[in-house]
Amino acid sequence: MTVHQEIAESLARNRVEFVTTVPCKQLAGVIEIVEDDPRFIHVPANKEDEGMGLCTGAFMGGKRACIIMQNTAIGVTINTLTTLIQYYSIPLPMLVSYRGEVGEKVACQVEMAVHTKALLAQLNIPTYHFHEPEAVKDLDSILNHAFMAKKPVAILMDAQFWGAA
Amino acid sequence: MIRSEIIKSIAPVIRDHLVVCNIGLPSQELFMHEDKPSNFYMLGTMGLSSSIGLGLALVQRATVIAIDGDGSVLTNLGTLPTIANNVADKFILLIIDNGSYGSTGDQPTYAGRKTSLAAVATACGCENVVECRAEETADVLREAILSEQMTIIVSKCESGNVPVSVIELDPAVIRHRFMQEVAKRNA
Repeated sequence: MTVHQEIAESLARNRVEFVTTVPCKQLAGVIEIVEDDPRFIHVPANKEDEGMGLCTGAFMGGKRACIIMQNTAIGVTINTLTTLIQYYSIPLPMLVSYRGEVGEKVACQVEMAVHTKALLAQLNIPTYHFHEPEAVKDLDSILNHAFMAKKPVAILMDAQFWGAA
Repeated sequence: MIRSEIIKSIAPVIRDHLVVCNIGLPSQELFMHEDKPSNFYMLGTMGLSSSIGLGLALVQRATVIAIDGDGSVLTNLGTLPTIANNVADKFILLIIDNGSYGSTGDQPTYAGRKTSLAAVATACGCENVVECRAEETADVLREAILSEQMTIIVSKCESGNVPVSVIELDPAVIRHRFMQEVAKRNA
């Protein structure tokens, strides 16, 4: 099974039914799966803060939701993470393509990569870094943790994890 | 008619439905005119009322009315294509368009100048778009609810505000009682 399939299976096992995405090259495989898999309602978003609004509505409607996005989105969504997701205690797993790490081919991506963990730490968001593909086995317990705690959590998945390094 | 009067006029139409209400004065006015546990008040995060409303409408059976403003829709303009392409039959987006940022001192928005939000919504692919005068809002909204077809309403009104207090409910309380209402309607 590819890591893309393993991620989708873990989401389904943890009763995540609503997924919103903003694409990244590294996420193409998992986005394709959630689009085609009838276990998920997939709503592509134009911007990640919009996606977090969609997830908030879906959660209040009784469905577990998650967002799949690139780490550049941390810069876009700080206000939404604090004044909506954290303020109203909305559980939100963020599956994050961690661009700009070793193996990156686009220099500009490194500029946001160097701030990603610091921003998440500043926001008190539990953060997990998947470097080796085997790390995907931890996703079940991290998803469970996010829904238990009713908090946003970030799972940073770098180029080595996706097999692109 | 100003926004506060529209909100007062639609209170009897929306009271039995799930309502997601925009940040600032709109939420404060709705809270003042008729507080209900089925109202989700946004205390922050400008622009996401329509997104929260759509997410909610896509996953459960009850009618959802998102009350938004022209300024908030402009700040999250990407919401309109998402709404158009992910149809939820019982979703109504009511944009109260007073051509200004009411909560911050009535600075003009582009919707009060050359930009037509009804035309933008149509161009984005929204199928039922109704632009109406402020006085017609309650009737148009009532019809949209009965139609059970996703509808975008742009209610054109005058700029202006009335004094209101801030909402002192805790966000967790707002969310909790709102989710209980959602669950009740889907039992």
